[in-house]
Amino acid sequence: MLTETLPVANAPDALPATQPIELTINGQKRQFRLAPWTTLLDALREYANLTGTKKGCDHGQCGACTVLIDGKRVNSCLTLAVMHEDHAITTIEGLADSATGQFHPLQQAFIDHDAFQCGYCTPGQICSAVGMLNEGKVENKADQIRELMSGNLCRCGAYPHIVDAIQEVMKKER
Amino acid sequence: MIGKPISRVDGPEKVTGQAKYAAEFNVPDLTYGVVVSSTITKGTITRIDTTKALALEGVLEVFTHKNRPKTAWFDMSYKDQDSPPGSPFRPLHDDQVKYNGQPIALVVADTFEVARYAATLIEVDYDAEPCETDLLKHLHEARDPESGVANVFKPLPPKPRGNSAAAYANAPVSMSARYIHGMQHHNPMEMFATTVEYGRNGKLTIYDKTQGATNSQLYVTQAFNLSFDQVRVVSPYVGGGFGSGLRPQYQLFLAVMAARALKRSVRVSLTRQQMWSFGHRPATVQNIRLAADSDGKLAAVEHEAIAETSQFEDYTETVVNWTGKLYDCPNSTLSYKLKSLDMYSPLDMRAPGGVTGVHAIECAIDELAYKAGIDPLDFRFKNYSEKDWTEKDKPYSSKELRACFTQGAERFGWSNRTPEPRSMRRGHTLIGWGMATGIWDASQVPARAEAVLTVNGKLRVSSATADIGTGTYTIMTQIAAELLGMPLENVIFRLGDTDMPLAPIQGGSWTAATVGSAVKVTCEALAKKLFKLARKMPGSPLAGADFDDVFFASSHIRLRRDPSLSVSLQAIVDQNGGRAISETGTSLPNVLKQKDYSRSAHAAAFVEVEVDEDFGTVVVTRAVSAVAAGRILNPKTARSQIIGGMVWGISSALQEESIMDHRYGRYMNHNLAEYHIPVCADVRDLDVIFVEEVDDIVNPLGVKGVGEVGLVAMPAAIANAVFHATGKRIHDLPIQLDKLL
Repeated sequence: MLTETLPVANAPDALPATQPIELTINGQKRQFRLAPWTTLLDALREYANLTGTKKGCDHGQCGACTVLIDGKRVNSCLTLAVMHEDHAITTIEGLADSATGQFHPLQQAFIDHDAFQCGYCTPGQICSAVGMLNEGKVENKADQIRELMSGNLCRCGAYPHIVDAIQEVMKKER
Repeated sequence: MIGKPISRVDGPEKVTGQAKYAAEFNVPDLTYGVVVSSTITKGTITRIDTTKALALEGVLEVFTHKNRPKTAWFDMSYKDQDSPPGSPFRPLHDDQVKYNGQPIALVVADTFEVARYAATLIEVDYDAEPCETDLLKHLHEARDPESGVANVFKPLPPKPRGNSAAAYANAPVSMSARYIHGMQHHNPMEMFATTVEYGRNGKLTIYDKTQGATNSQLYVTQAFNLSFDQVRVVSPYVGGGFGSGLRPQYQLFLAVMAARALKRSVRVSLTRQQMWSFGHRPATVQNIRLAADSDGKLAAVEHEAIAETSQFEDYTETVVNWTGKLYDCPNSTLSYKLKSLDMYSPLDMRAPGGVTGVHAIECAIDELAYKAGIDPLDFRFKNYSEKDWTEKDKPYSSKELRACFTQGAERFGWSNRTPEPRSMRRGHTLIGWGMATGIWDASQVPARAEAVLTVNGKLRVSSATADIGTGTYTIMTQIAAELLGMPLENVIFRLGDTDMPLAPIQGGSWTAATVGSAVKVTCEALAKKLFKLARKMPGSPLAGADFDDVFFASSHIRLRRDPSLSVSLQAIVDQNGGRAISETGTSLPNVLKQKDYSRSAHAAAFVEVEVDEDFGTVVVTRAVSAVAAGRILNPKTARSQIIGGMVWGISSALQEESIMDHRYGRYMNHNLAEYHIPVCADVRDLDVIFVEEVDDIVNPLGVKGVGEVGLVAMPAAIANAVFHATGKRIHDLPIQLDKLL
C-alpha cells in the first residue's frame, strides 16, 4: 500500500491572505492583490495580462520567462512578485520604443535573421540578449555569445540565427 | 512571391509578445485546474481523499474517477485523427492505473496559486502491481503489430524478397550489428495547456495547444456528445509541436469536463514534469545484417526492428521500409515487431520511424563500406536506388539525391578526408568526418480553404491548419499573393480555427503540399470569379477577353497583350455593390497521377565532429545538409526548418534520452535540466543547400515538406563521424561520454 504524503510538513489549514502590491512594469506603476507566493512570472501572465513572458518549465531551467529587472536578466519563474516592489521590470512588451513604436534593434534583427520558429522562447531570448549586452562582458564573438546565451533553450533549434541576429546588432552599435 | 526569402509574416507578433498561445487567452472569470498525477505505474486506486483540498478557500471542485461527469461509452468516441489501433486512454475513467504519471485528479480553484497548493493535499492509496517497462527484457515476446487505418500513412514492412540468409552466408563482405535507442520526449517549449471559455448556452470556445484544431474539435464533440456548433477550437499560435500535438492530450479532456460541470471557464496547464506523461518516441532495438559482393554491390539486406507500445494501443512507426527505399537489394528481409509494456502509448515525434530506422541502416552501410574498403560516399553511389521495391518497384516521382551527395560533399570538402579512423587531428582532439543519407515522405492529403477579396480590396485567405513554427502563415500568404498579383502587405492568411474550412492535422511534413494546394485551387477559383465580374463591368477593357488572355499583377487584372489595359481589384469590389467576393475550394491529391510513383524527399548530411578522448566529449563543429525537396516556397523559413532538424539530429545522436527506472516504471530525468537538449553553445556551424528538383507529380505546387527530412540523416552522419574520429562503432544512441571512455 503506497500513500501519497504531503510534500509540505504541517500544511496550514488556511492559506495566508493575499496582499496588495505595486509593481513598476515597463515604466508603468500597477497595483495587484496577490498571494505572497505568486511568482513574478505568474503575476505578469495571470494578473498583469502580460503574456509575452513565457512559462517553459517553471523551474529556472529553460529561460523562456527571462525579463529584465533593473536592466539585469532574471528568470521570472524563480523569483516572487512581492520581492520586486522597488524595481523596474521590463518585459518583451516594453522593449519597443514607447513613443514611436519602433522595435528594439534586437526585435528587428530576430525577424530579419529568422531567429525563431514557433516563437515561444523568443521573448526570453530577446530579453536575455538585451541583458547580455547590458552586462558588457561580451565582445562580438560567436563562441562567446553562444556561451552567454546558453541559459535560453530553443527546441526549434534557431540558435545559429539567434547568434547571427545578436552579432548584427552588436556590429551596428559599435 | 513564391520562392522568395520573405521574413515570417507572424514575426512582429512573435518578437513583441503579442502572439497568443493556448494558456494566454485571459478570458473573464477564469478558473484554474491543476492535474494530480499517479505515482505508481500499474495497479488500483483504493482510496483518494480530497477533503483537505476541498476545505481550502478558493477550491471549487476536485474531479476524480469517483465523481467525474459521465462521458461517451464507446472507444470509438475517443478516437482522433492520429489514433493507432486499440482502445484510447480515458482520463479519470476508473480506478485503474495504467502508467506512471497518469492523471488521477483535477483540482479546480479560482486562482492558480490555490489550485497548485490544493493539488498537494490530495491523499491517494494504491494497490500497486508489478510493472514491466523495459523493452530489452522482453524482446523475445515481440509480436506482429495490429494493423489499422494508421498504416495508410505508416506502412508496415513488405514481404521479404530473394533469399537474404543464403546471400549473406555466401557474400565475401558482411557486417552485423544491433542498434538501440531509448525513449525520447518531444518537449516543445510551450507546455500543453487548454483554456476553455464557457459561453452562453454552454457554447465552448477552446484555446488548445494542438497541431490540428479540427482534431481537437472532433475529439471533444464525440467524447462529450456535443454538436459541432457548440465547440469551437482556436489555436492561432503553437509553441512547438514536433508531433506531440497530433493527438488531443488529456488536459483538453479535463478542461472541457471541468468547464461543463462547473459552468465556468477553466484553464488547465500541464507542468514540465507532466510533459513526460503522454506520448514519446518509443525505445527501439534494431538488428541489421548486410553483405556485399567483391565490387561493393549490396548482396543481402536484413533489417529487423522491435519497438515498444502501450498495453492499450498498437502505436506503429515505419522504421525498416526506408532501408528498402534507399537500397534496392534483390535479397532483402525487413521486419517490424512490437511489445506492449506498462506505459502510455508512444506518439509520432519528428520524423517518427525515419530517424530511428535510417540511423541504423546508414551506420550499417558505413560499416559495410569500410569492410569493403570503399569510400562511404562512393559506396552509396554504387548502390543508388532508381526504384522503390517496397512499393512494387515504382520509380520515384523525383529523386535528386545524387545532386545532394555531390553538392554536399563539395561544400563540405569531403575529398580532403583521409579514410583511416583516427587519422585526422586538431591539436589534442580527434577529428572525424561522417556522412549519411536522409529520406522522408512527400505526402499530400485533402484540405479546404477560403479566399475573400474584402471590401477594401485586400485578400483574406483561411484554412483550419496550424503553424507550429513551420512557416505556414508565411508560405500561404506568399502563394495567395502570387496567384492574385497582390503585395504581401495586402494579403492576410489565417489559420487554427475550426470556424475555418477543414484542414488535417499538421504532421508528416505534408502541410505545405496539402494546404498550399488548397490555397492554390481556391485562389485560382477566386481569380476566375473576379475576372468574370471584371469582364462584365460597364466599359470594361477586359470585355471579350478570355481568362487565358489576362494576368494578375499589382492588384489589377491586366491584359497580356497590353498590360496598361486593366481593372483594379478594388473596382471589382466597388462594382459588386461594395460587398466582399469570396470563394471556397477543396484540393484533393491527384491519385491517378501519383499512384505510379514513390514520393519522397531526400537529403545528405556531412558532419565534422571533434572528440576529446580524455573526457569522452563529442562536439559537432560543422555540418552541411543538402536537401532535395522539390520546389522551395521560401528559402528563409525552409532553411530554418532544416537547421532545426539538424539540431534535433545533434540532440538525438549525442544528448537526449528519457531514462526510466524500470523497477518503478518512472522517468528519472523528467525536467529540462536533466533531459539534455542542445543549448546555444552546442550548435556551431550549420549549412544548408537546397538542390534543384522539379516534380510535377507530387502536387500542383511541386513542393515536398521540409519539417522532418533535415533530421533524418544527421544521427547516422554523426555516429559515422565519431567512428572516423575514434575507430569506435557506437551503435547505441545517444553517444554520451560513457560510451567513448
